[in-house]
Amino acid sequence: MGMTITEKILASHAGLDEVVPGQLISAKLDLALANDITGPVAISEFEKFGMDKVFDSKKIALVPDHFTPNKDIASAELSKALRTFARKHQIEHYWEQGRVGIEHCLLPEQGITLPGDVIIGADSHTCTYGAVGAFATGVGSTDLAAGMATGEAWFRVPETIKFVFNGTDYQPWVSGKDLILYIIGKIGVDGARYCAMEFTGAGIEALSMDSRFSMCNMAIEAGAKNGIIAPDEKTLSYLESRAGRPYKVYTSDADASYRDVFEFNVSDIPLQVAFPHLPENAKSVQEAAGIKIDQIVIGSCTNGRLEDLRVAAQILRGKKVHSDIRLIVIPGTQQIYKDAMKEGLFDIFIDAGAVVSTPTCGPCLGGHMGILAKGERALSTTNRNFVGRMGHPESEVYLCGPAVAAASSVKGEISHPEEVL
Amino acid sequence: MGKAWKFGNDIDTDVIIPARYLNQTTPEFLAAHCMEDADMAFAKEVQPGDVIIGGKNFGCGSSREHAPIAIKASMVKAVIAESYARIFYRNALNIGLPILECPEAVSGIAAGDEIQIDLETGKIDNLTQNTTFQARPFPPFMQELIKAGGLIPYVQRRKKDA
Ligand code: SF4
Repeated sequence: MGMTITEKILASHAGLDEVVPGQLISAKLDLALANDITGPVAISEFEKFGMDKVFDSKKIALVPDHFTPNKDIASAELSKALRTFARKHQIEHYWEQGRVGIEHCLLPEQGITLPGDVIIGADSHTCTYGAVGAFATGVGSTDLAAGMATGEAWFRVPETIKFVFNGTDYQPWVSGKDLILYIIGKIGVDGARYCAMEFTGAGIEALSMDSRFSMCNMAIEAGAKNGIIAPDEKTLSYLESRAGRPYKVYTSDADASYRDVFEFNVSDIPLQVAFPHLPENAKSVQEAAGIKIDQIVIGSCTNGRLEDLRVAAQILRGKKVHSDIRLIVIPGTQQIYKDAMKEGLFDIFIDAGAVVSTPTCGPCLGGHMGILAKGERALSTTNRNFVGRMGHPESEVYLCGPAVAAASSVKGEISHPEEVL
Repeated sequence: MGKAWKFGNDIDTDVIIPARYLNQTTPEFLAAHCMEDADMAFAKEVQPGDVIIGGKNFGCGSSREHAPIAIKASMVKAVIAESYARIFYRNALNIGLPILECPEAVSGIAAGDEIQIDLETGKIDNLTQNTTFQARPFPPFMQELIKAGGLIPYVQRRKKDA
């Protein structure tokens, strides 16, 4: 019986020839990561139980990205706890503000997450790294504490759902974000609960790495354990200058078994907007047209990469942000920030009347740098539109990709890019 | 014995504990804001022994362990839901927050009903409506985890045995 890419990676890290869905295994970890919110809780668990050594100081990443640059005294204490631990244990992958970025943009960019890896992160969007062909999944702080101590974690081998995207004739401006919102709209926020989501087909091969990251990033929004795309030429060339260690490429066998297989034609998928308060409320941008907006955010671990900023700039070039709109642009990492600046994208944003921020999670989780007041409505390239996600419990968040966000910032209401070009 | 607090489907971790409170980690502080975006009264009026009833996919969203910590520190006896999101499920077992899966109980319990739970057997009594439900048993591995008192003591014990 053949195996899926997810099963093969898990089997290899459990020291087994074969695993089947439902099996409980203990797998060796290639990387365990945490941020400034989940890290301090993991650290106190780690210390409370008398664990005094990490399993491997090269295989842990601590990323202060959520409330940084620190927004208040309490959050400064969190960063300090992370910093103190990182120094004490000589954690190799730790970045100070000014070098740090949003974890799920930063780690792949630095070549730290590689094909064939098993990665746990005390952050639900750890599933992002599936885009390079790794098994990566979110866990809580206690799991992370145990992982940092032992270098292992237990998993129930997930069943896999395959999503095949046929064709390459995408509608204009459609990106990975639209594909994943479209899927979540079809299967719901628990449609892939406990499962692996495997994305494949000519439509995926045609996607850029940045779009693939956006897709795997939101696998958790369908309840999945991980999202994954088998490495191809694009993956390998993305990693060529980045990978800091050897890695192994796995792909699914032709006779692997799947819980379900869904097929789509990419030409059928229009630009998407997810309505409050769940990502599964995805509709075509046409159905959302005309909805008035107060604030627009372009950024986050879903859409804060260079391609996203380029798309937004392409639409905003020579235009002005509507007088009723606050547009906040947040590059995902310092490298993206620098590249975007060199390409002149910041001139376009600033001339249009947008805020350009230092890399941070910021408003994505209602942390800082753009909190919504009661009754306000945001359109955002982030990944969650839960009640109160970006601020007041009576505010609203609509989700979309960078093209719709940029176009809507010019129009002052949710719009298709064609309406402003 | 305690009172049932009833919530709907897809109760996410941002509702259980909003990110605006995640700049702190003390359980008491988190408990003081637990569930406030869904029901302002909860944190103020919840009594030790009360029960949270959720629908399907309880605890979806972020991996923040602050969510089960906040619920545990609210002194609720257990959460009963139709189904759980996977990270929340792991986190709850890891920190020793009792969670039960029982769709029948979820539909058979109304807000405010008096509930008695036997965590050993998974038996749920609705004293107000005079009905009884049986929660799904945990797989053997989870039972061991629960018995050990959570993940860290479990790992420690295994290390000692090794
Ligand atoms: S950008 Fe948003 S979703 Fe991504 S890690 Fe930061 S807070 Fe989480």
